Amino acid sequence: MAKILMKGCEAVAEAAVRGGCRFFAGYPITPQNEIPEYLSWRLPEVGGAFVQGESEVASISMVYGASAGGTRAMTSSSGPGISLKAEGISYLSSTKLPAFIVNVSRGGPGLGSIQPAQQDYLQATKAMGHGGFRLMVFAPATVQEAVDIAYDAFEYAERDRNPVLMLMDGCLGAIMETVELPPMKDITGKETAAWNVKRYPGEKRSPRALTPVYPEMFLEYENKQRAKMYEAWQKNDVKVEEFMLGDAEYVVAAYGITARLAKEAILRLRAEGFRVGMIRPITLYPFPKKSFDGLDYSLVKGIIDIELAIPAQMRDDIALEVKDRAPIYEFGHSGGILMNDEDTYAQIKKIVTGGDK
Amino acid sequence: MIKLNEIMCKGCSFCVKYCPQHILELGKERNRKGHFFPHLTDGDKCVSCAICAVICPEGAIEIESGEEE
Amino acid sequence: MAEYKRASSILSTPSGFCPGCMHSTAIKIIAEAVDAVGQSETAMHILPVGCSTLNLAYWKGDMIGAAHGRASAVATGFKRCAPDRLVFAYQGDGDLAAIGLAEIMSAANRGENFTVIFANNQTYGMTGGQMAPTTLVGQKTTTCREGRNPESMGYPLKMCELISNLEAPYFVARYALNTPKGVIDARKGITKAFKYQLEGKGFTFIELLTNCPTNWKLSPLATIDYMNSNTIPYFVPGVYKDKGAQL
Repeated sequence: MAKILMKGCEAVAEAAVRGGCRFFAGYPITPQNEIPEYLSWRLPEVGGAFVQGESEVASISMVYGASAGGTRAMTSSSGPGISLKAEGISYLSSTKLPAFIVNVSRGGPGLGSIQPAQQDYLQATKAMGHGGFRLMVFAPATVQEAVDIAYDAFEYAERDRNPVLMLMDGCLGAIMETVELPPMKDITGKETAAWNVKRYPGEKRSPRALTPVYPEMFLEYENKQRAKMYEAWQKNDVKVEEFMLGDAEYVVAAYGITARLAKEAILRLRAEGFRVGMIRPITLYPFPKKSFDGLDYSLVKGIIDIELAIPAQMRDDIALEVKDRAPIYEFGHSGGILMNDEDTYAQIKKIVTGGDK
Repeated sequence: MIKLNEIMCKGCSFCVKYCPQHILELGKERNRKGHFFPHLTDGDKCVSCAICAVICPEGAIEIESGEEE
Repeated sequence: MAEYKRASSILSTPSGFCPGCMHSTAIKIIAEAVDAVGQSETAMHILPVGCSTLNLAYWKGDMIGAAHGRASAVATGFKRCAPDRLVFAYQGDGDLAAIGLAEIMSAANRGENFTVIFANNQTYGMTGGQMAPTTLVGQKTTTCREGRNPESMGYPLKMCELISNLEAPYFVARYALNTPKGVIDARKGITKAFKYQLEGKGFTFIELLTNCPTNWKLSPLATIDYMNSNTIPYFVPGVYKDKGAQL
């Protein structure tokens, strides 16, 4: 497959189509606009449907309707829009409907700013909506990784009958990188025939209702099933990159775009003899607990949590695993202010040289 | 002739109000759900116009065309 | 010699609606219209949130439950991916004219090819009788105990008039379900809307004036008179738009 140069948002859109997406509903919001713009002409090309909704609130319900009908449906937005979709996402989870949701996150809270940030970690991983449901949350660090996640998102969503969220930041959405695009999947639509309310030609089946409301006993049963599913995710579906951890004295924790800055700084510091490694969660939920719990704390002197979020939002999840076995340092920016390799290197160096005591 | 499915009736009396022949009346008996349901005071006057069936919210009344089966 | 048989899309066990509630009448004639256009096997019923959610245990066809106010968005997503299916959303006035106002106006304005049937009884029945966008001036509810006061609460929303002023909608009509004639006209109107939909003509909207004995605090019979003297003079029944009729 040839490598081509593609903008993050557009690569994600194309990958989703190749992954079987045949319906998109969304609403303009920077920095994800290239996703709906791209799909507005691409989906009709593959016999799919595109709707620009009147709001994010309506758009998530359009995805809900398409998904109920057995179509692979997605939406994308940024922080404020994702907040508006929270109720609908809770309904998707409650009704056990797959969907692919992309948050190209930006400075927040509030209308925030249109520059990149990583301030939606807590929203994505702790409570994407009411009722305590969870989503698998993927965080790509490169456009290629975003393509691979978008390509397979529906497999997870349909396996679990639950929406899947990809949390990328405005930077990844905007930059152009070389990518290899996977082939178009052959989706028959029968993958969800067991439960969707599609009527296949000549299909004789009894009527079905897909509803977000249940008698109490059923709802408790469903919540117990969900709890088991989350345990299974933790056991089987964690994705993480462990970089130069073997002899690391200091371990950086970073995901997405900041992990790339950290990697460059680590290579420079390694060249100067500092033993620094990194744990890069690719699934933010299920969180890579073992990576942090399993560190050799006779060796590790500190964890350095680098995020485009102040205060750092991944910190509590790290602390739960590290407990009191090593101090946790954090630094980064927020609100759309970006970091560069120089200050990342300088900040890590300050810590590893004890300057930050 | 009208055929009343008693269990469906909730005693709202719409049929009693609108029967043009005024031959429907809520009885003294309650159905299993506790509602009084109508009965024909004079079956012969029924012209099977189906107005009672149309106005009944619950579809409790059906009209059979033609003579008694 | 008229014949009248129970429609196939509703169960033969009592509905969950209160005695004399015209939600029952509405869903009955919808079922009859679905039968009339031969779609009882495949019709898709989008359920809102409100009393009409009780149709979940009364309707016999495929159903999708929408979030409050989002039925026409759910219908949009479903119908765009299943253009051959008969799709209708049945909503109350809170669901459609309050929280779902943007959705209904936008779906109508896009000319989505499905039918929305709107039960207007000027109250929030399921939640105990609060003021709705359609509550009449002076009408008392649990959230306007002295009666709706236009100075602070505005005027009842006329959905047929609003929607029929949009370019895209194909057929827009209002009927009152408190008389046999009204019920018969409504059934014809719904059947016509479904036919237009099946012919791909675009968005069709049916407003049904209904009642709420429990929250109006009136007997079923008294609601019939209340509608004649209060509801119908303000929400005037009739066909507000019928692009098919001009052909």
